[in-house]
Amino acid sequence: MATAIQPLPHDQSAHLQSVYAATVAQKRRQLFLGSIIVVLLIFLAAFGAEVDPHKFVTNFWKFPRYFYDMTPHIGVTTFFDDVAEWYWGLGKWLRYMSETLLIAYVGTVTGAVAAFFLAFFASGSMAVNSWSQFLTRRLLEFFRTVPDVTFALIFVVSFGLGPFPGVLALAIHTTGALGKLFSEIVDNIDMKPVEGLRASGATWFQQIRFGVVPQVLSNFTSYSLLRFEVNVRGASVMGFVGAGGIGQLLIEYVRKFYYVDVGAVLIIIILTVMVIDYGTEKIRHRMIAMDTTS
Amino acid sequence: MKRHLQKAAIGERFPDLEHMRRKHSALFQGDPKQRVQTSIFVGFLLALYIFGLYYIGFTPLMLINGFGKFGIVVGAMMPPDPGSWENAFTFIKGVIETLSMAFFGTICAAVLALPFGFLAARNIVSNSFVHYAARRFLDIIRGIDTLIWALIWVGVVGLGPFAGVLAIITSDFGAFGKLFSEAIEAADQKPVEGIVASGGSRLESIRFGIVPQILPVLLGQVLYFFESNTRTTTIIGIVGAGGIGLYLTETIRTYLWEETSFIILLILMTVAAIDWISSRLRVAIIGARPV
Repeated sequence: MATAIQPLPHDQSAHLQSVYAATVAQKRRQLFLGSIIVVLLIFLAAFGAEVDPHKFVTNFWKFPRYFYDMTPHIGVTTFFDDVAEWYWGLGKWLRYMSETLLIAYVGTVTGAVAAFFLAFFASGSMAVNSWSQFLTRRLLEFFRTVPDVTFALIFVVSFGLGPFPGVLALAIHTTGALGKLFSEIVDNIDMKPVEGLRASGATWFQQIRFGVVPQVLSNFTSYSLLRFEVNVRGASVMGFVGAGGIGQLLIEYVRKFYYVDVGAVLIIIILTVMVIDYGTEKIRHRMIAMDTTS
Repeated sequence: MKRHLQKAAIGERFPDLEHMRRKHSALFQGDPKQRVQTSIFVGFLLALYIFGLYYIGFTPLMLINGFGKFGIVVGAMMPPDPGSWENAFTFIKGVIETLSMAFFGTICAAVLALPFGFLAARNIVSNSFVHYAARRFLDIIRGIDTLIWALIWVGVVGLGPFAGVLAIITSDFGAFGKLFSEAIEAADQKPVEGIVASGGSRLESIRFGIVPQILPVLLGQVLYFFESNTRTTTIIGIVGAGGIGLYLTETIRTYLWEETSFIILLILMTVAAIDWISSRLRVAIIGARPV
C-alpha cells in the first residue's frame, strides 16, 4: 500500500516558496557583496605588496634553477663518492644542527616552566587577585606578540653573539604562547576537586598542587611538545640574526652562493624537523592513550 | 587498650593522614615500576637541560651583565620616538606593506592549497600512493621556515615585498594543505553517501556533501593564519623581503633605540587590531568555536 505524499495547496506553497526565494536571494546578495569586498582588498593588498606578475613570469625559471643548482652531480657508478663529497662537512653540520635542537629544547623547557607558574595567575578560575591577573595577562600578551626573532635581535646586542640570545628569545616567546594556552586549560578544568580541597582548608598552593595539576599535566605536556616542534623550526633561523644554530651556516652559504651546500644543509634541516614531528606525535598519541585508560 | 580502640574509631570517622596511609598503603606508594621509569625519564630530561645550559655558556654573572645591558637598552628606548614625521610615515608605510603581504599571501596560499588538500585526503583520493606522496610533499615544504623560503625567493625575484609574499605563499601552502586535508578527512561521510545514493556524481558528492561541512572550518583557519602571518611578515624584512622588518633590523643595528621602540609599538598595535578584527569575523562566520 503505497502512500503518495499529498502536495500542499497552491496558495500555501506559493507563500512558502516566496519566503524561500527571498531568503536565498538575501544570502546570495550578502555573499556577492562579501566577495566584492574581498576581491577589492586582494587588489589593494597586491598593490601594497608590489605583486608583479610580469616579474614573476620572467623570473620564475630561476626557482627550479635554484633547486637544480642545489643538487650536485651524482653519477651512478661513483654514487657513494659523490654523496660523500657533497656532504663534506657532515660532522660540522650535524654539530650545528644539534646546537639548534639544544637551543629549541632549553628554550622550550625554560618557557614552559615559566608559563606553568604564570598560567595560574593569569587564569580566570585560580587567579590570586584581579590586578596580578591583569598584569600577567598583559605580560603574556606582550611576550607572544613580539616575534621571537625581534627579541633575538635585541638580545644579541645586549648578550653578544651566540646561542644564548636565541635561547632567551625562544624562552620568552614560548612563555607568552604557552602561558595563554595553559591558563585556558586551567579555566576549563573540573572545579569540584578544587572546591573540595578549599572546603577542607587547603592553601592556594595545595589547591593547585592536588586539585589542578593532576587534571592539567597531560594537556600541558602535549602543548609543550607541540611548541617544541615550532621552536625547532624557529631555532633553525635564529642564526640569521647571529643567535646561534644552523641558521648562521645557512645564511653564510646563501650569501656566498654555495648552492650545493645550501641544498645539503636544507636536507638536514628538513629531515630533522620530520623526525622531531614524528617523534613528538608518537609521544602525544601514547599520552592520550594513557589518559583514557587510567 | 580501650583508648587505642577509641582512637581507631575516631580515625575511622575522621580519617587523618597517618591512618589513611596505614590503611591504603598500596595507593600511597603507587606502582614502583612506573615510579622508577618516570624518575629515570625526568632525570634524563633534567640532565639534558643542565647540559644545554652549560653548552650555551650560561652563568649567573653573564645573565646579570646581559640584563644590565638590556636594561640600558630598554632605558634608551624610552620614550618611543620616530625621530621625524618623515620617518613616522616611512614606518607606517612599512606596516601597510606588511599587512598587504600577509593578506595577499594568505589568500593565495589558501586558494592554491585547497585542491591539494583534497588530493592529500584519504577519503577523497583512495589511491594510497598519491595520498602518501602528497602528504610527504607538504611535509617537506613545512619543514622549511618562512624566513628560509624568503631567502630563496629573494634569490629568484630580487629584494622587495614580492619575495616576501611568495615566501608566505610557499610556506603556508604546506601548512594549509595539511590542515585542509585533515578537515576533509574529519568530515561526516553520511551526506556524501546520501548524495551518491540519490544518484549524485563524485564531484557533486564533494560539492554538496563535503564542502558545506568544511567551509567554515577552512575560513576559520585562513583567518587564524592571517593573524599569525602579520606577525611573521613583520620579521621577514630581516632577509630583505619587504615590510616593516627591514626598518626594525636597520634601527637595531644602528642603535637607534627610540625609533626601534616606536616600530615595536606600531607592530604591537597592528597585531592587536588585526587579532580583534579577525576574532570578530571568526565569530561571525563560524560562531564561538575553537579552530
